[in-house]
Amino acid sequence: MEKWEDNRAWFLVLPVFVVVAFSAIVPLMTVVNYSLQDIFGPGQAVFVGAEWFEQMLADPRLHDALWRQFLFSGLVLLIEIPLGILIALAMPKKGWTVSASLVILAIPLLIPWNVIGTIWIIFTRPDIGLFGVGINSLGILDVPFDHTARPIYAWITLMAMEVWHWTPLVALLCYAGLRAIPEAYYQAARIDGASALAVFRYIQLPKMRGVLTIAVLLRFMDSFLIYAEPFALTGGGPGNTTTFLSIYLVKLATGQFDLGPAAAFSLIYFLIVLLFSFIFYQALLNVGKGEKRS
Amino acid sequence: MARIDLQDLAHSYHRHARGTEDYALKHIQMSWENGGAYALLGPSGCGKTTMLNIISGLLTPSQGRVSYDGRDVTGLPPEKRNIAQVFQFPVLYDTMSVYDNLAFPLRNRKMQAAHVRQRVGEVAEMLELTSVLGQKAAGLSADAKQKISLGRGLVRNDVAAILFDEPLTVIDPHLKWQLRRKLKEIHEKYSITMIYVTHDQVEAMTFADTVVVMHEGEVVQAGTPEDLFENPRHRFVGYFIGSPGMNFLPCRLEGKLAHVDGAAIELDEGAAAAGHKAQGRLEVGIRPIYLEVHGAAVDGGVPATVQAVEDQGSCRIVTVALAGQLLRARVPEGQAVPRDRAWLRFPRQRTKLYADGRLVNDTQGGT
Repeated sequence: MEKWEDNRAWFLVLPVFVVVAFSAIVPLMTVVNYSLQDIFGPGQAVFVGAEWFEQMLADPRLHDALWRQFLFSGLVLLIEIPLGILIALAMPKKGWTVSASLVILAIPLLIPWNVIGTIWIIFTRPDIGLFGVGINSLGILDVPFDHTARPIYAWITLMAMEVWHWTPLVALLCYAGLRAIPEAYYQAARIDGASALAVFRYIQLPKMRGVLTIAVLLRFMDSFLIYAEPFALTGGGPGNTTTFLSIYLVKLATGQFDLGPAAAFSLIYFLIVLLFSFIFYQALLNVGKGEKRS
Repeated sequence: MARIDLQDLAHSYHRHARGTEDYALKHIQMSWENGGAYALLGPSGCGKTTMLNIISGLLTPSQGRVSYDGRDVTGLPPEKRNIAQVFQFPVLYDTMSVYDNLAFPLRNRKMQAAHVRQRVGEVAEMLELTSVLGQKAAGLSADAKQKISLGRGLVRNDVAAILFDEPLTVIDPHLKWQLRRKLKEIHEKYSITMIYVTHDQVEAMTFADTVVVMHEGEVVQAGTPEDLFENPRHRFVGYFIGSPGMNFLPCRLEGKLAHVDGAAIELDEGAAAAGHKAQGRLEVGIRPIYLEVHGAAVDGGVPATVQAVEDQGSCRIVTVALAGQLLRARVPEGQAVPRDRAWLRFPRQRTKLYADGRLVNDTQGGT
């Protein structure tokens, strides 16, 4: 074994280390710091151990927010993934219509979150909004539509907003996945006499596995961390019905200034996202890959 | 099983084709006899795959008619034509087991379960896939995957023909030979029409009874491997088949003599007579194996200089210069090769005359 006489090349990774430290490690450690201490002011901190964690884990409002969050993310995935696949399948394959549909699909992705909230609040307003006025004039609802009136209305508005905003991302990913399938697969399927459903089931869906994994992960993480839309819409109401984890967290941290519990909560939140992302990733990567031995 | 006829076929990938250069296939007139083993040979881009896709129905030709046993199928999609096709790269349904992959074409056609089981068993046996039938197709080697693709082509026993589009490209050489042998066996046993596309002359010659040579969207010659070697009907066939390719020398015709820049080569009477009637640029063609190289002056010999000798083991390839043109001669092992000056003899029966690339005394008629 020859020894390197000069190890100074290691200094070349220093810039990356500094960037990562300031972007991830230092902020995370600050949160850890807050979560383990009760801080009254500069130099006035008391070590409290796991107390904040115990308090937060037992908090019924946190439990409610967590279930609400799971329901929301679950609905988002259940609607956006199939819808995105359907849109991708329906998109044109050649000609100028390809560019046109890609541009149209990308528009919602270019609009800032808070603007999206405003657009939808106006759209659904019962007095001037196209949707609000439209649905109320039909007279089919017992309580006139108003996103602040009933939890279900707030949820519908929120889901519509979310689906409108992010389904295009899923569709674009799926479209890229579909375009990457070699023509020979479709030709072979035609020779084999496969139906359109069989082509989808045995060629398109398996070949989209990679992009669907990315789509599911992105949409899960993003919807699990949703903040701007419910904040802009009702600020978590009516009542607490749209108070998701991040809304509750911000209320706790900046509203009530409970930095210790909020920090403990942040870490739990972070671990939940990490855990579920890992589960989805493993599941999607390995689905249908098991070896059948006979 | 069926006889397949292509009538006045032409195809262009351009929507508004103008000149002949826009056509991938230019006027094809061709019949594939029931039960024949054909090879479709030609360089990349000559229209082989286009022709195959038109036969199978993946492509609809711009002009002309495709018929199976006299029944016009030009407008029918592949699933209604009852034809099998195997592609260059393995196409697998990765989520299915090997068994399900092989059964797929049958199940799509609502075949009885017992029939499916029997056919899949037979095909797996033929291709030595029996041991992996229960496994997922995705985890197998490239060879095995291509065998599955082949198997899906062979599993239906009532197809009009099986089309192979360079199916052994991804297979390693040793197995390639074996599989080709296997296909030949299957052909002999079931006498299904097989059309095998390749750009490899050895593959074509060993597989097929009839080799169809294509060049720039045209069928330039269809015949037995021997016929293609002895009587190339087109300059391209002479050059593409055989190694090294045929020698061609531009010439001027005078009586029975072809003058190549001062040197006179005596031609066969039929060829000379046809040459006088033919239009276009004349060329003398001879296979390297028939070109005789002598160390001393011989009767009818033409003086030339030896430029290079390349030893290929069982024979030597001699490059000689004649009137500024380079020719290659294939000299068997053990025969002396002159050092510098040499006399070339062109045996009359083996010396062909071409006008604008086409054999002048073509007894089989035009393409």
